[in-house]
Amino acid sequence: MRLTSIIFLLCSLFLAMSAQALVVDETLDDPVLEARAQEISASIRCLVCQNESILDSDADLAKDLRKIVREHIVAGESNDQVKAFLVARYGDWVLLNPPFKLKTVLLWLGPALIFLFGAIAAFFFVRGRSEGRTVLDIEHLTMEEQAALDQLLADDEDGSARAK
Amino acid sequence: MQLRFLLPVTTFAVIAAIMWYALFNLNPAEIPSELVSKPAPEFSLEAIPGFGPALSTADLAKGKVTLLNVFASWCVACIVEHPLLVRLKQENLVDIYGLNYKDKPDAAAKWLTGRGNPYSRTGMDLKGRVGIDFGVYGVPETFVIDGDGKILDKIIGPITEDILENRLRPLLLRAGS
Amino acid sequence: MIAETGQFVLILALITAILQGTLPLIGAARNNVALMRFSGNAALVQFLAISGAFFCLMAGYVTSDFSILNVASNSHSLKPMLYKVTGVWGNHEGSLLLWGWILALFGYSVALFGRNLPDSLKARVLAIQGLIGVGFLTFVLFTSNPFVRLDPAPLDGNGLNPLLQDPGLAFHPPFLYLGYVGLSVTFSFAIAALIEGRVDPAWARWVRPWTLAAWGFLTIGIALGSWWAYYELGWGGWWFWDPVENASFMPWLAATALLHSAIVVEKRDTLKNWTILLAIIAFSLSLLGTFLVRSGVLTSVHAFASDPARGVFILMFLIVVIGGSLLLYGIRAPAMKGGGLFAPISREGALVLNNLLLATAAATVLLGTLYPIFLDAFTGEKVSVGPPYFVATFLPLVIPLVIAMAFGPFLPWKRGDLGGVLSRLKFALAAALVVAGVVWWWQTRAPVMALFGLGLFAWLLVGSLLEWTDRIKLFRVSLANSWKRMIRLPRSAHGMTVAHIGVALVILGITASEAWQTEHLGVMNPGDTVSVGGYEFQFEGARNVAGPNYEALRGTFLATDGNSRIDLYPEQRTYDTPPMKTTEAAIYPMLTADLYVVIGDADGKGGYATRIYHKPFISWIWLGAFVMFLGGALSLSDRRLRLGAPKRQTKAAVPKALSQAKG
Repeated sequence: MRLTSIIFLLCSLFLAMSAQALVVDETLDDPVLEARAQEISASIRCLVCQNESILDSDADLAKDLRKIVREHIVAGESNDQVKAFLVARYGDWVLLNPPFKLKTVLLWLGPALIFLFGAIAAFFFVRGRSEGRTVLDIEHLTMEEQAALDQLLADDEDGSARAK
Repeated sequence: MQLRFLLPVTTFAVIAAIMWYALFNLNPAEIPSELVSKPAPEFSLEAIPGFGPALSTADLAKGKVTLLNVFASWCVACIVEHPLLVRLKQENLVDIYGLNYKDKPDAAAKWLTGRGNPYSRTGMDLKGRVGIDFGVYGVPETFVIDGDGKILDKIIGPITEDILENRLRPLLLRAGS
Repeated sequence: MIAETGQFVLILALITAILQGTLPLIGAARNNVALMRFSGNAALVQFLAISGAFFCLMAGYVTSDFSILNVASNSHSLKPMLYKVTGVWGNHEGSLLLWGWILALFGYSVALFGRNLPDSLKARVLAIQGLIGVGFLTFVLFTSNPFVRLDPAPLDGNGLNPLLQDPGLAFHPPFLYLGYVGLSVTFSFAIAALIEGRVDPAWARWVRPWTLAAWGFLTIGIALGSWWAYYELGWGGWWFWDPVENASFMPWLAATALLHSAIVVEKRDTLKNWTILLAIIAFSLSLLGTFLVRSGVLTSVHAFASDPARGVFILMFLIVVIGGSLLLYGIRAPAMKGGGLFAPISREGALVLNNLLLATAAATVLLGTLYPIFLDAFTGEKVSVGPPYFVATFLPLVIPLVIAMAFGPFLPWKRGDLGGVLSRLKFALAAALVVAGVVWWWQTRAPVMALFGLGLFAWLLVGSLLEWTDRIKLFRVSLANSWKRMIRLPRSAHGMTVAHIGVALVILGITASEAWQTEHLGVMNPGDTVSVGGYEFQFEGARNVAGPNYEALRGTFLATDGNSRIDLYPEQRTYDTPPMKTTEAAIYPMLTADLYVVIGDADGKGGYATRIYHKPFISWIWLGAFVMFLGGALSLSDRRLRLGAPKRQTKAAVPKALSQAKG
């Protein structure tokens, strides 16, 4: 894994060169454009940091990229065009928000599919447990025992008996 | 009835298999170049004083494979790979061009004087903009560019013996220089 | 000597763990009381042995014994004593030893407090704990030994990283590990139940206190980590959906779901298979988290120095533990028969919904965290999954959950009347609308999501209070009667209300600070004044000051809102061993907002880069987390959960009768 250690050497080198502090940025005069610049910067990954945006990072590369973002906005580009400029050079990886492409379909649909799967399972479970089932399906406890048990368990829970 | 209870263990088995593969084969810190198989970006830079001639995109498309090495005098890992580049230059296998990234001209000149100059051409990327156009995010990086100016590969980090023998040489042979 | 002693007791602990992991299982299978009782003694010996090892390592740190490699790498003679001690677990080897120690501690606690447990169950639970211990101790002894010697010993250590010399960061791991490892107990209980072949309400009652304890510690651990990030990292961020943060959040979500589903098992003897599965999953997520941060498969700000060799070991451990337990589940679970019946609209139904949402949330976070690896493995492409993804997928799950949280406690078991509950909650709905309306009218900037968030806060707060007042029949009977009812209410009922209110407070903190944060980022010259969040901030200047082991640029700011004057002194510190810079933000916390000031580089023209924030209600995030913990602690102190309490003897007979009736 020498390559790994070399990569870390590389990255740590870059970090060592960057001030670990707040740097003076050339902010735009127009507050609307500046707000857009910051919004875009917040969604661009700092490539030499781990899991930070270029807005939050103090690395040199982050500063350069922030400058580029500002320049492109002043030049009149849209948010998407600015992002496309960076993606053309660094790939989709540079976006903190994964785009909805074929390769991320599973990612974006995943939660909905998981929820659907769980909901269906829960639905069948609850339906199986509802009192629509016949008396024969109830297991060994007699009605009296069930009632007594319910009473005891209900008394545990709170001051007033809620279970029937 | 039985099968659905085995779903958790099968899901885990899939995840574990992927993790196993990832452990041995993947490196999360390494970002492959977006520009592979794309033409090298347009640029034109002045040479480091005393280490000319200058470097521009046209020089990358002169009909033979070239190496574009991104380096800087402040880069520690570059010291590690530099002797290898000097040796490669002596072999006369391929033209090596140096992209001096965010450096000072006199510091770069002094560095090359002291360590040897493997570069047939150099370009000073003072602000790092050309580097960004190439998708550079760390130093050193080396681009393998074919005769038409198309980027064939990008080596991240210093070129080691291993990379030289197993990755670079085969690529150069295939591309034919 | 210390190191050799430590090594020796560690080996002793391993041997004990092996015995603890095997003999009681045989004893339980053959009904051999002596072998079963042995488990308790083994747990004690293991705990003492690992404690010995842990204190040996700590002694090495306290005496700055740099002939021990671990101490030399991670400590320094100049470190304050507190951080020498906490440095024991601030590194890979030491933190694993802490893991193992807490594992043994919990094992011993089960032996100590589980006097009411049937012999066979206790034996099996302790055996599983022992087996997990075997895995960890083997890992430590063979790949991450903290007692390796360094010859020749250096004059001083290497570990003076200022970031680690910080109270928040020093205490965050122990709490987190108490949570992670606490979940091992519920895991062991689940495996024991699978081996035994049955889950009854008594089992759930025994499991509940351990789940509560683990959940409570995990809550504090996560909150501490988040709070540390807030005050240390310099721009007021407190959650980044970083893989390591997610690694702690997933077990927390699973533990929360487990807490609630275990109630259903206890009260209604149903949802058993799911609860067992959840107990296995919760601990599995803890272990998975350990793998993710130490193996190098993911990049993260937090990752320990990654080492694929260690990664292989942990992965094999994971495969054995998680794969084995899930396989056991697949084989044994179908034989478990469910119990109570209930209508969809009932407390059981609400808890099923709770579990559905929480489990989906945990699965979603897992998907987002692992997706980059999946994609890379299958296509070689890289993609990054950052906060925007998690926020977009997590919020739609949390919102229905919070709405349901007000309903759930009102619903009775077996069958409930939704209309009746809704009418009881009409004040909560009114409160939500009023709060949203007032804020909309009062604030110039009122994004819809923010109003909705505040509405949710009010809904949950008032809804929880309404349920509580309803139970004690406040204002419907005499105050003395209400008081009596309140005293007689079991503590877990109060605990639930408090914990749910804690959640509401967290929602308040997050919504208010995210939506109404105001800031000024820019260069300020001495004498400049900016207006942020209703306060005037005057920059008076900056000068260099010297600290004990650093040089700092200290800025002086004066904030006024007309009523009070607040002095703020942010710093930018430069340390030289090791060379690094840190930002020390100046934070003035108030209940209504935090003032947060950061000073940066000079611009060379007399000015300085500054960041000034006004973050409304942000402290409520951590206060709310603490309230949640209090709720959990309150529930834990419920006498009924204290195993061995004689008062519930008669009640214990009923679950026994139930399990006997089922045969």
